[in-house]
Order: sequence, then C-alpha cells, then structure tokens
Amino acid sequence: MTIYNQHSRRDKFRENFVGFDRLLTLSVAALLVMGTLLVYAATKSWFEAQGLDPQYYLKRHVINILIGGLLAYGTTLIDYRLLRAYTPIVWGLAVFGLVVVLIPGLGSEINGAKAWISFPGGFQIQPAELAKIGIIVGISMILAEKRDIDANPTDQDVLKALAIAAIPVALILLQPDLGTVVIISAAIVVMIGTSGAPTRWVVGLLLLAVMGGFTAVKMGVVSEYQIARLQSFVDPSADPQATGYQLRQSRITIGSGGITGKGLFNGPQTNGRFVPEQHTDFIFTVAGEELGFLGSGFILLCFGLLFYRSFTIARRTNDLFGRLVCVGVIAWLAFQTFENIGMTMGMVPMTGVPLPFISYGGSSMFANLIGLGLIQNVHLRTR
Amino acid sequence: MNLRSRLNLIIVQALIFSLMLALGGRLFYLQVSASVKYQDAALSIQSRDVVNPAIRGAIVDSSGIPLAMDRPGLVISVDRSTIDKLPNKGLNVLNRVAKLVGKKPESVFITTRLCGELPSSKNAGCWKGTRFQPIPVTRTATKEQALKVLENSDLFPGVSARSIPVRSYPAMAGENAAHVLGYVGSVSETDLLNSGKNYYREESIGKDGLEFEYDDYLRGRAGIKTVTVDRVESVTRQAKSTPAISGFNLVTNLDARLQAATEEALRTSVLRSKSLGYRADGGAAIVMDVNSGKILALASYPTYDPNIWQVGLTQSQAKNLYSEDSGVPALSRPLQGMYAPASTFKTISVVAAMDAGYDMNSTYKCPSRVQIGDREFGNFELKSQGTMNMQKAIAVSCDTIWYKIAYDEWVRDGGLSPHSGLHDYFFTAARGFGLGKVTGIDLPSEASGRLPDRQWKENFYQEYKNYYCNFKKRAKKSDLTPYLIEIARENCLDGNIIRAGDAVNFSIGQGDTLMTPIQMVQTYAAIANGGTIYKPEVARAVVKSNGEVVKEFTPQVVAENMLPKKAVKFLHKALRSVVTDGTAAAVFSSFPVTVAGKTGTGQDLSKNKDGSAKDDTSWFASFAPIKKPKYAVVMVVSQGGFGSSISAVGVRDIYAALYGVVDGAIDPTKKIFPNGIPTKLPKVDPKNVKLVTP
Repeated sequence: MTIYNQHSRRDKFRENFVGFDRLLTLSVAALLVMGTLLVYAATKSWFEAQGLDPQYYLKRHVINILIGGLLAYGTTLIDYRLLRAYTPIVWGLAVFGLVVVLIPGLGSEINGAKAWISFPGGFQIQPAELAKIGIIVGISMILAEKRDIDANPTDQDVLKALAIAAIPVALILLQPDLGTVVIISAAIVVMIGTSGAPTRWVVGLLLLAVMGGFTAVKMGVVSEYQIARLQSFVDPSADPQATGYQLRQSRITIGSGGITGKGLFNGPQTNGRFVPEQHTDFIFTVAGEELGFLGSGFILLCFGLLFYRSFTIARRTNDLFGRLVCVGVIAWLAFQTFENIGMTMGMVPMTGVPLPFISYGGSSMFANLIGLGLIQNVHLRTR
Repeated sequence: MNLRSRLNLIIVQALIFSLMLALGGRLFYLQVSASVKYQDAALSIQSRDVVNPAIRGAIVDSSGIPLAMDRPGLVISVDRSTIDKLPNKGLNVLNRVAKLVGKKPESVFITTRLCGELPSSKNAGCWKGTRFQPIPVTRTATKEQALKVLENSDLFPGVSARSIPVRSYPAMAGENAAHVLGYVGSVSETDLLNSGKNYYREESIGKDGLEFEYDDYLRGRAGIKTVTVDRVESVTRQAKSTPAISGFNLVTNLDARLQAATEEALRTSVLRSKSLGYRADGGAAIVMDVNSGKILALASYPTYDPNIWQVGLTQSQAKNLYSEDSGVPALSRPLQGMYAPASTFKTISVVAAMDAGYDMNSTYKCPSRVQIGDREFGNFELKSQGTMNMQKAIAVSCDTIWYKIAYDEWVRDGGLSPHSGLHDYFFTAARGFGLGKVTGIDLPSEASGRLPDRQWKENFYQEYKNYYCNFKKRAKKSDLTPYLIEIARENCLDGNIIRAGDAVNFSIGQGDTLMTPIQMVQTYAAIANGGTIYKPEVARAVVKSNGEVVKEFTPQVVAENMLPKKAVKFLHKALRSVVTDGTAAAVFSSFPVTVAGKTGTGQDLSKNKDGSAKDDTSWFASFAPIKKPKYAVVMVVSQGGFGSSISAVGVRDIYAALYGVVDGAIDPTKKIFPNGIPTKLPKVDPKNVKLVTP
C-alpha cells in the first residue's frame, strides 16, 4: 500500500513535469538562474567590504527560489478549477495582511511605503504580492461563472469583479504603493477585456484610470515623495541628489555596460554601490553593466518567451476561467516587468516594484512562481 | 471563445509584445548607440584625481636673493560640502575655527563663502573657488592649532589641517616689491575653464605680477594619483600615479637692496610732499638699465604686505586693497598709473622741433604769456624769462617757447582745416617714443597711456558727440556753467579737429596727454643710450634647481636709431644743465653723480572725490652718468606738488643708494653694483643665501 502510494506519487510527479510547457519552464528557469547570479553580483563586494558573509543574499535568494518552486509545484497538483474553492481564503488572507501593514507598529515602512509585515528573525512579508494572486483568481472566478463558454459576463458580473478588486487595491493605495496599484489595475482591465464583457467597461475603466490618476496628483492624495519621483522623471536635474540622482545613476550604469558588459562581478558602478536598491528594484542595472547588451537582451528574450508561451496556453484552453487566470498572470508579470526595467532605463517614472523572477525578495518570488504554477496548471488540464 | 474576446486577447498580446520591444529598443540605445557617452559618465563618477601640488619655484633677484619662495606651512581649511549639512549650516563649527585661529567669526564666515553667495558690496575676501575644494581659513596655523583640529574631529567636523607649501616673501633686504612679484591664489572657476591651461582645483596659481606672468614655469607639475571610489567616496582601487615635479626658479633683473632703497626713497618723497600740505595720494619709482631694458627696481606707493594673501585675507584687508580712501594699494602705479607728463615731455618736443628744422642754438623769446587765437596761454607761474637758447629753455623749463613753436607748426599743417601731407612733427615724435602704446614689460595689466593725436580725437568725438551736442539735457545741473556750455558747444561743432589749444598743450605734455611711469623710463633710457628703445624686462632667466638654464631672456629692441645724433647730443647737454643750472640744480648741488634729467609739474584738471581740485603731479625723469649712461631713474608722485622739490629729491636718494654716495662723495665699497649691472646668472639656492649689504 505504502509502496504503491509512493509509486503513484512519483508517477504523478513525472507526469506533471512531462506535462509542463517546456519552453515556459525553461524561460523561467533561465530567469531564475540569471537572477541568482545578479543578486550575488549586486551584494557580494558590498558585503565582503563590510566583513560580512558575501553569500548572505545569495543563500537567501536560493532558499526563496526553492520555497517558491515548491509552492509553484504545489499549485499545479490540484486541478485549477478546484482552486476556486481556495480563492476566498487567499483573498481573505491578502486583505487581512493589507490591513495589518497599515496598523502602526505592525507594518514596517521602507522607502515611504508601509508595505511589509516584519516577523522576528528578519523575515518580512509583503501582503500586496499575495493580493495579486487573490485578485486575479477572484476576478477570473466571477467573470467566468457562466456555464456556457460563449455566454459573456454581464454588467453585474463586471461590477462584482470590480468590487472584489477594489478592497485590496484601495488598501494598497493607502500604503501607498502606486506602482503595484497601476500593475493590478492594468491587469484587471486586461482581464475584463478578454472576458468578453461589454467594451464600454474597458473604455470606461481606462478613462477612469486616467482621470483618477490626474485628480490623485491634483488633490494631494499622492504623497510628496511620489510627486518628487514623477518630477524627477520629467526633469532628472530637478533634484540631483535624490530620485533624479538614482535615475541618472541607473541609466549611466546600464549604458556603461556596452555590448558585452564589464563581466560578472566586475562592474565598477555596481561594486561602488552608486545605484541604490541594486539587489531588488534596480537589479536590471547589474545585468546592464556586468553582462552588457547581450546579457540584458537575453533577459528580455526570456521574458518575451515566457509571455509568448503563456499566451499560447491562454489561447488553447476552452475554459474561460483558465484563460482569464492566464491572461491575468501574464498582464501582471508583463506590466511589472515593463515598469521595472523601464524605470531603470528612464522610460517610466520611478516606482518601487521588483523585477519578476530576478529581484531579491521572498514574497514577490513566491507570488511570481505561484503565478507560473497557475499557468502550468491550466496547460496541464488543457488536453 | 467569442470574437470580441479573441480580438481583445490579440490586442493585449500586441500591446505586451510592443512593450517588450520598446524595452529592447531603449536597451539598444543605451548600451549600443549611446554607450560611449555613458561609459564616460560612469568613469567620471567612479574615478577621482588626488592632486598633490608641486613645490613652486622661487623668484630671486640678480644676485640670488629670494624675493618669493615656498616654505612649509600648515593650512587649516573648511570643507563646505560637509559643513553645510551640519545643523545651523555649521555656523557653530565656523565660530570655533575663528576662535582657534584668532580671527573674527564674520571674517571666517565670509572667507568660506563663495563669492556668488554674497552681495557684491559685502563679499570682499570671499572664496573665488568652488564648493568642492577645501577652503583655506589660514595657511600659517601653528602646530598647536593644527593638532587641536586633528585631535578633536568631533568639534571640527569638515575642518582639516594639512601641511602644505606656503608662498612667503622673505624681504631679506627689507624690500616689499608686492606689485612686481604679484601673488598666488587658488584656482578659480574661470581659470578651470581656460582650455589652454591644465589647472587642478587643488593648485595655487599666480594671480598677478611675476607670479602670474611666469606661472607656467614657476608652478611645476602637480602629482596626480587616480583612484576609483565608491558612493561614499572611499577608495576602492588606486589606478596610477605620477609624482609632482617642482617648478623652475625665476631669476629677475631686480636687486633686492636697490628695490628696498627705491621703495624707501619713494615713500619718503610721498611723506615729504604730504608734510608740505599736498595730497600725495600715490607714486611710482623705477630704475632701468638703459643699455638693455632690464628693470632693476620698480616701486609703487602705497603698497601692502604680499604675505597677507597667504595668511588668508581678512575682510578689512581685502577691502583696503581696493579702497580709494587708502589709496588703492592694489594698483600698480608704475604700469597702471597714468599721469600728464608735463615738462618731462619737452625732450620729445625737442625732437619734434629739430625734425621741423628749428635751430637749437638760436635764441627764442620766453614771455610770460602767448596769445593763441582768442585765448591766452601763460608761462609756468606766469614768469617772463627774456630771450634764451633752447638749452636754457629746457633748463629753466620755459613753456611759452613751445606754445609759439607748436602753434606755428599747427598753422603750417593747415590749422582747423588740416591739409594732406601733414607733418604733425609733435605727434610723430611722440609716436616714435612709443607713447599711447604699452611698453610690453613682462608684467600683466599694463596701461597704454594716451597719445591724443588726430585719430584719438576722432574716436573720442564719435563716442561723445551725442553727449556734447545734448549737453544741456544730459549734463549734471552743477556742470551747466556758461564756460562748460561753451566748451560743449565747441566740442559738438568740431570736437574731432585738433585745435590750436590742443597742439599747444600737447607740446608741454598737458591737455589729454597721459603717460605711465614705465613709458617715461623707457623714453629717458632711449635718450640716454642714443636712440634705442628696449622692452623693459623684469625676468632674467628661468633655471632648474640644479642650475640648468631653461630659458634666458635677452634684451629686446623695440626700435633702433630713432634719434638723430644731433638730438642725442643736444638732449644730453640740455638735460644735464637742468641738474647743473636749471630747475633741479638746487636739489643736486654738489652731488657726485653726473645726473641728467628733467623736472615736470603736471596739472590735473580732474577733481578729487571730495570735489577739491587736484594737486600737481610731481615728476623727475633722469639718467646717469652723463658719459656712457647706465641707469634711467624715474619717479612720479601724484598730487605731490613740484617736480623739483619732491620727485627730484627722491631720484637723488635712489642714485645715492645706487652709487653709495656718503656725505657728498662716492664710497665705491657701498656701490650696489661695484662690478656693474650683473650679467652672469647667480647660483640659485634660496634656502642658503646670504645678503651682502653694500
């Protein structure tokens, strides 16, 4: 009995792996390997110089990947359609976490945003990352509730979906983490658009986003440091020491890499720590400087492949729920990638979002890999 | 999947892939197209040049006595980039520094301000460099002060103490020479922009005088250590380093003892004039070798202590340097002071008259007044001297003879409607001596004086025509007197034309004519040597510390044979008779040196600041000895009174020092140049040199 069970589990494991979309797995694996090297490169000489363990971040990053990998694998085990049952729990946990971070004393503030819950032992959790999964699965569930695949969501469904999203988004806005809000909102609009819901919703939501952004800045809802970030994007010389300085340093670091880069661990800008937050939000600058156009271009290609395969999976499935989950995850990862890399190259204003699969950071890594697991799950069950 | 859903999915795909493409495009631009630019930017962020300024070469006199040299000193400086971040902008720290070095807190505050930070009325003594250089508060700190700074870094954040070479002016013979030597100072932002020079922020460079003129030789080459730094400016790697190379030494033609004597003679002349009730607001004295143009001494009064630049100028010192109340000590009067040459100009008039064919041996009338047109021109002090030959006319300095000659020549040239083929004997002679042009002395900021010839008149007219033609509207109320209105009317009408009055005034060195003392000494040297105009030269050679000669400055002839032999002979005789029988006879009675010279008492029609009329300019221009002249000596005291009683006495004192005149006789052992003006280069060893007192 025991032997049989073990056998069957191993079979199932193999079956699962064989069933995974290989290119998708490969592209993510490549990103994880690159990320590991870059996190190490960003922190090695810094820690060495301080007489600390140079592999401190490397070890933690690898552990994050392993945990994230297990979570992703776990996500693929149960049919994704059954996952709906867990959605309210995930959503509830996320909202709970988002409330907790706002309570003074419990949430910790980093770079002007109260986004983290600190645990003893130096562990931190970022509920917003978990919320992304909760929102995407939750909205997919509501929009795809019709039994008939050809029946489109009604206005009522869309409203319900928006209500589900509104609570966590509002809480994230309070932190304030504008970057994440933008990413989630964009993902929601994409999901509503692909759900077959009336087009007026898409148009309306886009208009609402534009107007909302405008009034937020006008009414002072957006905090000062966010306006400073926006201004320094428009005019980098406005405040050369603060955010403008970061953006300039970031661009210079990437540009100085040239075609082939300075070589891993050999970037003088990186080793001199001229770019802030280089193992997290600005990790792409390490790739730019040390690996050059070839290395950082390879990272972009991996992302491209990741999105291409995911879209293929989304197209192939006949299940609206599965498709919406896929599209939601893609939109989330793609907008986050664009926002992060675009920021380091001075294309979009500075926001504090990590680069998926690459940046150091547990919550983000777990959420990204769970997202990957969801897509693989849909792929496994589409046959 | 329905059509709309499918279409939207395609749109989303297209959107996301175009976002990825945009990232790729931007990446290509940064890393491939514009990479060179960013690589340069990165390099400038990461690398720092640590500059170690070279030891500056010494400036020595013709016998090797150091006039300026580097000595080890301790500097206490303030780093603005650190101190500005402290509470209260670091004011407490600055006050502590002021107390430590014994200066007023306000003074230290201003010393550490960039000039642009303060209103220009209050920024005397401000920092001309940048915020990123350490700003020296004092360069002459004691060991105790320096130790206090180093040991109490908590009390003195952003304050540093270092040992650096400090420029010092040892004044071994008691000489000052501030205006010749100039001074050194920190590199300013404009200096850094000078693409011809490779200055470093940390260097001191020559700012005036010889220090400025020969800076490229004196400065040496700073040692550079290029290091790679990180964000908090700690050094991560040392790339390369070049050692500092000391500057070359500059040997000058000056003699420290003669310089000191010249300064003293000038000073006593000014004080004597003051005691006689004149304003005597400044003066200049120059000694030149007539046969080479070598400047042996060059003095300006009032002067200042050149060491103040190094100690760190206090605010009042800085203000004082340029204040009119203290006589603008920063002004180098030998080069920048412009005065009406008055009767000293008559030597030039002699040349003009001889060119025009006047016989120097004929007799001319010297009446008390001469009528020129509708105006009357009086002799000096309205004395009538009877009839005399030209030699006597020079000796007693008759003016009216020159009025007549100048007027006649002006009429011959066509008067108010000058015809073609002008002779312009007077202007031509003055031009021959180089009036209105700089002498080209190897010192900065030389003034050109003024030769008010026809061209100058025309230029002046074009510039001021509108003013004179609208005089009643534009002039100050107090200037609207009938006389000035009449002058303005004339100037408006034909201000561009040399009038009889202009010609007459020019012949006795008045009117619009202005000369600098250096032009005067050059002119009298040319008369002395028989017609060669030399460029005045202070520098003699540039030598390495091991004695190897880098560059030698040989005499530079500007013009040769510019005087007819007859004129030279006459002028020598006439100028000697000024000293034996003429205006300077009393001053030089029984003086053992055969001096020849000319007094000048110039009128200055401009007004003092308080509205009072200016006192006369006192000149004496001379050369000696009469046979085979060696030296030309000129002194001028502005608002000093008579040429004879003030400047002539001063010049006599200078000759007395030069020749070692004691009790009316020459003591050969006391001569400054017992073996003649030095031609051989001295051994340069500024640290181990002894002064030989004559």
